[in-house]
Amino acid sequence: MTNLTPTTEPSVADAPEQLAAAEKSSPSGGRPRAGWRLMLPTMTPWLAIGLGLVCVIGLFGILGPFLVGDPTTIRNLGMAGPDGDFLLGTTQTGQDVLAQLAFATRGSLEIGLLVGVLATVLSAFFGIFGTYIGGFVDEAFSLFSNVILVIPGLPLVIVISGFVPPENRGLWTIAIVLALTSWAGSARVLRAQTLSLRTRDYVAAARVAGEPSWRVISVEILPNLLPVLASQFVFAVISAILGEAGLSFLGLGASNSSTLGTMLFYAQNGFALPLGAWWWFIPPGAVIALFGTGLALINFSIDEIINPKLKNARRYRKLAKASRKVAA
Amino acid sequence: MNYYVRKLAFYLVAIWAALTLNFIIPRLLPGNPVDILLAKFQQHGGIVDASTRKAYQLLLGGDTDTSLISQYVSYLRNVFRGDLGVSVSYFPARVTDVIATSLPWTIVLIGLATVLSTVIGVTLGAFVGWKPGTWLDSLVPATTLLSAVPYFWLALILVYFFGTKLHWLPVQGGYDVALDPGWSWPFVTSALKYAILPALTIVIASVGGWLLGMRNMMVSTLSEDYILTAQAKGLHEGRILRTYAARNAVLPSVAGFAISLGFVVGGSVVTEQVFSYPGIGSKLLTAVTNNDYALMQGLFLFITLSVLGANLVVDLLYGIIDPRTRARS
Repeated sequence: MTNLTPTTEPSVADAPEQLAAAEKSSPSGGRPRAGWRLMLPTMTPWLAIGLGLVCVIGLFGILGPFLVGDPTTIRNLGMAGPDGDFLLGTTQTGQDVLAQLAFATRGSLEIGLLVGVLATVLSAFFGIFGTYIGGFVDEAFSLFSNVILVIPGLPLVIVISGFVPPENRGLWTIAIVLALTSWAGSARVLRAQTLSLRTRDYVAAARVAGEPSWRVISVEILPNLLPVLASQFVFAVISAILGEAGLSFLGLGASNSSTLGTMLFYAQNGFALPLGAWWWFIPPGAVIALFGTGLALINFSIDEIINPKLKNARRYRKLAKASRKVAA
Repeated sequence: MNYYVRKLAFYLVAIWAALTLNFIIPRLLPGNPVDILLAKFQQHGGIVDASTRKAYQLLLGGDTDTSLISQYVSYLRNVFRGDLGVSVSYFPARVTDVIATSLPWTIVLIGLATVLSTVIGVTLGAFVGWKPGTWLDSLVPATTLLSAVPYFWLALILVYFFGTKLHWLPVQGGYDVALDPGWSWPFVTSALKYAILPALTIVIASVGGWLLGMRNMMVSTLSEDYILTAQAKGLHEGRILRTYAARNAVLPSVAGFAISLGFVVGGSVVTEQVFSYPGIGSKLLTAVTNNDYALMQGLFLFITLSVLGANLVVDLLYGIIDPRTRARS
């Protein structure tokens, strides 16, 4: 970079240092962020919306079931639209949709978290551990994840659920099957990151100093992968909730469970759609979509930590605004 | 090793894995599929003798007389001969015939929808990422809503508005049943009309991912030195956008195609169910609800083979648009 006298306004193509320098000289420039805070996402309106959505829906799932009535009570008031007594109307058999929604949200969040944790652990094992060992193990793990990756997940889950008799199809079975089919993508991302980390000097130094593998992985490598792991975990939760909803909508989910997918299954089978009972089938899908959006918006901000070049876009916007203000 | 040889070898391994998975799953899981299947078979008027039982045991396990290895060998031999058994839900049709009538529907639907959403998503992403920081770019995070929407729920909403409320488009089936399937003009236009809503569902639900991925890569690519060089040379903006920035930025999207396609295929299986589309997804669900295990296995095998085929094509394309992959190997 040799343009010592920048005649144009700063562009996004400039290196981050230049932008930072321009930021300092501009009126809106702030102090540089402390080292540890670089691991946290910058607060943006989108991140705030994301956190807000996740918190509200999370709280609804945790506290909601204590505040609503029994979701299975059958009343002589079928397919009633939303009113003062039933904020989201009733189902065809007079059950309170809001009460069902609260319990179903809790069920979906449970399975999402469970699968998210399982899938992240699996992907960390195959992506980080295998790659760190290197050599044959790395090759074998990498081939294995790539094969699992190209085999379509949901059809496989459907086939497995088809073979397992409904009485054996519990929450854990579904969670394990979903986790087994969804870790491969993350493992590949983690492998790419670990490959570049394991050749760094400080990792080599730790190895030469005789540190055991588990310590090198957990102390030297893992902290650097935290943003990537977080982003993969968030992604795993979204895809687990979506996958489980699809499975339950087809009537292949865990038996005796109540999730947003089973709610949609009953809505579809109760002819909510042809009868125009929008209050029955819109809310469950909307909760999934909004929760997923919230998580994806959080991921959007985590991406900026993993790939700092993405921050340039926002910095540029700020600068452009500031320079316009100065000109005016 | 040559890039193409290595890719082909990988897909051979993947096909072998899919076949083996198909062989192992019914043998590992609880339940007794052969007995359930044979009971159904008799209900439909099929004659069950020792050889029928043997044939299904080969597909689904439960045979205690022969060793697992020899079962595996005869299973593979049958698959390569194209013998996947007889379907009980479409009795007496053979599994391969059921697949042959439904696979084209799904391949055309998913194929067209995927190409459309890729082209729209990548193009929009390239333009938005080219001028980061504009008001349009600040709206990009909103597209995450699209990728978080469950496919089947979006399908239900589209059915509700365009079918139940407005009566604009047909919402059930794949073509007007009054017409004879064939390559006649009325049939093709009818099939296209019936495909609009299912395709729209897939496009809307998958376009956000492409857009976001492309936009993020564009923003990263813009800070590369070769872009600066191209600008310094005074190249035309459009040329820098297309041949310098976009061509490099699109690579991760192409490399990540396998993950995206997996989602699209999974989502469209459920979507087909909403529309009662005559494709492979609805057939899979019919098979599952009727305990038609032979059809289930066959369908899974063909879904996997189609996905592998699509990924192979994309991998070969990747070799063409990124010369480095060929040079490195």
